Amino acid sequence: AAAGLCPCRALLSRRGGALRALCGSVRGLAAGPETHFGFQTVTEAERREKIYQVFESVAKKYDVMNDSMTLGIHRVWKDILIHKMNPFPGTLLLDVAGGTGDIAFRFINYVRSVRERQLQRKLRHRQNLSWQEISESYQEDKSKSLGDSQVVVCDINKEMLKVGKQKAQHLGYSEGLSWVLGNAEELPFDDDKFDVYTIAFGIRNVTRIDLALQEAYRVLKPGGRFLCLEFSHVSNPLLSRLYDLYSFQVIPVLGEVIAGDWKSYQYLVESIRRFPPQEELKAMIEDAGFFKVDYQNLNSGIVAIHSGFKL
Amino acid sequence: GRAWLSRPEPWARDGRSGEEEEEEEEEEEEGCSQLYPGHIPTSPLQKALLAAGSAFMALYDPYRHDMVAVLGETTGCLALPNLRDKMKHHPEGYRILQERPRIRLSTLDMARLRGLPDGTLGREYVRFLEDNKVSPDTRMPPKFVDDEELAYVIQRYREVHDLMHTLLGMPTNMLGEVVVKWFEAVQTGLPMCVLGAAFGPVRLSARKLQVLATELVPWAIRSGRNASCILNVYYEQRWEQPVESLREEIGIFPPP
Repeated sequence: AAAGLCPCRALLSRRGGALRALCGSVRGLAAGPETHFGFQTVTEAERREKIYQVFESVAKKYDVMNDSMTLGIHRVWKDILIHKMNPFPGTLLLDVAGGTGDIAFRFINYVRSVRERQLQRKLRHRQNLSWQEISESYQEDKSKSLGDSQVVVCDINKEMLKVGKQKAQHLGYSEGLSWVLGNAEELPFDDDKFDVYTIAFGIRNVTRIDLALQEAYRVLKPGGRFLCLEFSHVSNPLLSRLYDLYSFQVIPVLGEVIAGDWKSYQYLVESIRRFPPQEELKAMIEDAGFFKVDYQNLNSGIVAIHSGFKL
Repeated sequence: GRAWLSRPEPWARDGRSGEEEEEEEEEEEEGCSQLYPGHIPTSPLQKALLAAGSAFMALYDPYRHDMVAVLGETTGCLALPNLRDKMKHHPEGYRILQERPRIRLSTLDMARLRGLPDGTLGREYVRFLEDNKVSPDTRMPPKFVDDEELAYVIQRYREVHDLMHTLLGMPTNMLGEVVVKWFEAVQTGLPMCVLGAAFGPVRLSARKLQVLATELVPWAIRSGRNASCILNVYYEQRWEQPVESLREEIGIFPPP
C-alpha cells in the first residue's frame, strides 16, 4: 500500500537483489560479481568476509541462540536428519559447515547404538557356537564401539571449530571424530572418499552454492548420499505470516538480549528469505550430477531436508 | 561540529504501520532509514520486546552493561524529549546541543587535567577515572533511539555519568552506583534510572542498605531535586572550576 512512497520499496521483492542497488547504490556498482548479504547487495568477496565475521561473533553463543530461537526444535530436526541417514557402523561421514558438532555427535551416538545392538545380537548368537568357532572369534579385531565409523567435521570458521572441539571434549567424544578447517566451495579432500555428505544449516551461508554442490559430488563415493538440512520456504500463507512476524520481530531482539548482537541475527533471518526454495534447490542439486534427488518438508517448510545420490 | 551524519530520507519515517513496511525498513541498513551511525530502526513491538528482555537480562547478569543501555534507550521515549527541551531552554544546554561535544579519551587532554590544582573538576575527574580504573570510552553508543538529536542527548547523559560520580563523590562500587542512579532518576526521569535505583539495592548487604536508606538516598533525592539540570553544564569548559564551587552552582548538597 505504501509502496508508492518509496521507489525502492515498489521494486523490492524478497529476492530482488540487483534492485537493491537503488538503495545501497555505491556498493552495487563496486567491482566484482554481485551477490547478496541478507538484503544488502555486496560483492562476493565482501559477502564471504561478512559471513565469516558473523560466525566469528556468534560462535560462543551459537548453541544457546539456536535453542532460544527455535525453542529447542532444531534438536528434533537434526535427529530426523540422522534417522533419515540411517548410518550403519563403518560409514564415513563428512559434515560440512559442521562447526559446533551437532550432527557429528548425533552421528556417533546413532552408530554407537546400532553397533551395540549388533554386538548384542552377535553375543546371543554366540551362545550356541562350538568351542572352535568361539576361539576363532577371539582372533577378530577388538570390536570397536563405533565399528570403524568416522566423521570428519569441516568448517571454514576457526571460532566455530574451536567451540566444537571444546564441546566434544566436554561431552566425551573423541573416537572416530576429526576436525578440519576447510571451505565448502573448495574441499581439502580427495575424490570418492566419503559415504555420506551432510551440510546442516550451512549451505545458506555459502556464496557459490553451485560450487559447494559440485565439491560434494566430487568427494562422495559412487553410491554415496548427499543430505542437506536447511531453512526453506513456507507456502501456507497464514503460517508464513506468523513465521515472518516471529523471524523479523523476535529473533533480532533475542540476538541482542542473549548474544548482544542484533545484526548477526538480522542477517540470519534475511539470509533465510534469500535462500532458494525447495524446488529450486532440488534443481541445483540435480545440476551437480546427483540422482534421485528429493526433499522432505519439516514443520510445513520452515525447514527442509534435501537428499541426492551419486550413482 | 556535528558528529551525526546522514539526514533521514523524508519518506523513510512513513509506513511503519504494516509489518511488511517495517520489515523492509529494518532490513535496509544503509542509507534509507538509518538516522545516525549505529542506528538500528525498530518497530514498537521490537522495542517492547527489547525493553522486557533487556530488563530481565540486566537483572539476571549484572555484567551486561549493554542491556542497561538498551533498556534506557527503549524506555526513554518520554523522558528524552523532556531532557532535550530542558537543554534547549537553557543557554549552556542550547550550546551543547549545537556543538555536540563528546567526552572521550581522544578529546580530553589528560595530561593537562592531571596538572590542574587539587579540588578542581578536571583534577578530581581524572583522579576518579584512575582510582576506579574506568575510562570514558566504554560508554555504549545508542542504537535504538529513533531521533538523532535524542540519540545525542542519551549519549551525553552516558558520558556525563562519570562526572556525576565525581560531583557526588561516589565510587563505582554497587553502593556508589545506586546512589548516583537515585540522583539521576530524580534529575532525568529516565525509567532505566528509576528501575536501576529501585532494583540495584537488591544485591547489597543489610549494613549497606541501612546507610543507603538513612543517609545516602535522602541526600541524593534532595540534591537531585534542588539541582538544575545536569545536562545543562558545559563541563568541558569548566575543568578549572573547583568542584565545590560547581556543586554550589548546580545545587548539589555536599556529600555526607
